[in-house]
Amino acid sequence: MENEQYFEVDHLTKFFPVKKRGQFFGKPIYVHAVDDVQFTVRKGKTYGVVGESGCGKTTLARMIMHLEKPTSGRMLFKGQDITLFNGKQMKALRRQMQMVFQDPFGSLNPVRTIRNIVAEPVRVHHIFQNRQDEKIKVQEMLETVGLSSSDEMLEKRPGQLSGGERQRVGIASALILGAEFIVADEPVSMLDASIRADIIALMMKLKEEKNLTYFFITHEFGMARAICDRIAVMYAGKMVEVADAASIVDHPLHPYTQLLIDAIPPLIPDPNWGKNISEGEVPYFTVPPPGCRYHPRCSRADELCKSEIPELVDYRDGHFAACHHV
Amino acid sequence: MPILTVDDLRTHYFTEAGPVKAVDGVSFTLDKGESIGIAGESGCGKTTLAMSLMRLIKGGAVVGGKIHLGDISLLDMSINEFRKIRWERISLVSQAAMGALNPVYTVGSQIVEAIQLHWDMSKSEAWERTAHLLTLVKVDPVRGRSYPHELSGGMKQRIMIAMALACDPEIIIADEMTTALDVVTQAQVLKLLIDLQKRLDLSLIYISHELSVLGQACDKMIIMYAGKIVEMGPTAKIFGAPKHPYTQKLLGSLMDIHSDCVIPDSIPGKPPDLLNPPKGCRFWPRCTVGQVTCETQEPLLIEVEPGHYMACNCSDDKI
Repeated sequence: MENEQYFEVDHLTKFFPVKKRGQFFGKPIYVHAVDDVQFTVRKGKTYGVVGESGCGKTTLARMIMHLEKPTSGRMLFKGQDITLFNGKQMKALRRQMQMVFQDPFGSLNPVRTIRNIVAEPVRVHHIFQNRQDEKIKVQEMLETVGLSSSDEMLEKRPGQLSGGERQRVGIASALILGAEFIVADEPVSMLDASIRADIIALMMKLKEEKNLTYFFITHEFGMARAICDRIAVMYAGKMVEVADAASIVDHPLHPYTQLLIDAIPPLIPDPNWGKNISEGEVPYFTVPPPGCRYHPRCSRADELCKSEIPELVDYRDGHFAACHHV
Repeated sequence: MPILTVDDLRTHYFTEAGPVKAVDGVSFTLDKGESIGIAGESGCGKTTLAMSLMRLIKGGAVVGGKIHLGDISLLDMSINEFRKIRWERISLVSQAAMGALNPVYTVGSQIVEAIQLHWDMSKSEAWERTAHLLTLVKVDPVRGRSYPHELSGGMKQRIMIAMALACDPEIIIADEMTTALDVVTQAQVLKLLIDLQKRLDLSLIYISHELSVLGQACDKMIIMYAGKIVEMGPTAKIFGAPKHPYTQKLLGSLMDIHSDCVIPDSIPGKPPDLLNPPKGCRFWPRCTVGQVTCETQEPLLIEVEPGHYMACNCSDDKI
């Protein structure tokens, strides 16, 4: 059962220091980007994190990939504490975990050929002794992600590819080392709806074929619902609700989750849509409000919410919510 | 009588390899107080269409067709004359709201500048109007003294709407206005726009690749593919009973949050190269119901039922 706890995060926190305007000395103040988050990703499953910009979801992904150092907390990969891994250990670990980035236009080096981009990880890890083996592997990866493996394709540069094709290249280079844990940060948010479905279908197919585990970050609830096994909703650095995909969408417990779902325009236009959308935005916290962070926007808020931070509580069969008024 | 008539509009971009036919024979009308949504994939020509209406095409030109605002022909007037029309009768809220504001001026002074450029108003009158406009878009007038970087994305987009309304235009063109915003902010801004459009009796052209957003905001829909209109009709018809195979596929590619875990179908292939578009139906290479005749025979936009137009050779209504 060791696979049950595949990737675990324990009280993970990230504060970014910021200075007040004109301040050079004295104590810095901190933005609470990720605040005391814990969760477990199970092997072969897709764990989704949904939230608006600034909720801390990207910081969370970056910490998992060691692109950002946590302020406190622990991360365990297959039972091993990887929080304090050094560069060398991380390099070895990256053969098992890789990231797919959001922006297929910005994340690929525009002057390198597709062959070099996809081959980069195997070169860094000195996998192949000769170029021919490497080329065969690159071609195999391109085919795996549904791209042509012709010499013409290998010599193309990112600028000659469409957004969807570029994202496929990104996936190919993430998988070439045989990684099994993929952190995907909004992999399709910059693509057209028609292509989006394609890339998602590809990612799901690869998951089946290679028994991958995904940590999937998105701001689109609909997408999370379609592909994730479990979904966590983040607000202002905290997880406010965690549950199985169907459960969280069909029976949301937290008012913020409800707001996120209500905000999605329905597929069939509905004149009543938008009635429940309150004004207000995700705040920029240096000093988070006391108690529940959502209380300034919440219609259910009362005195308790202003003073006491709600904990994630299991309300029914693994459906957790952090709200005093469920 | 429609307030805006677009007739057989053709806009080409000139490249070394030849002209790219980004908008190729588009015709539609917009009534007073009506809202039209224009949808399609990236590169279908929807933004080019908007830019043609605003006469802001760069690297290309409107090579054919007519645009009439009431009785005035917009393409026949000089660019200086057109500057009186822009802002005062037609204005644009563009995609790049974040970048459209000048970072070194307060947002209020940028609205004041727009007003004073067009109207003979004193500075204090213009500031008064700015405060009124900000209230209209539900931004605290005090915010007029803020610099763009001090505002959130949603707030900036509201400022852009206020700016578009500065000179009381009749027509607003909103190009991917909410695309860069978060869901909740998008819903708020969209609600605001719908509300303003009704309240001020504006005519609206809303361009987006997100069909569900358009469905909420618009009375009428235009679906574009490769520079042409493939289907046009009342929103309820387009969503309820889409006729064109492309519209059907486009609607089918959307994720529905309330359905069970299904990944929607994608549309195989990619839009054609507009340097050399296919001879017949432009959607033919990607179409699943297409027949041999579609390869050579270009479908015309015909009225399949009152107010509902479609360009397809293979539809039941035609056969």
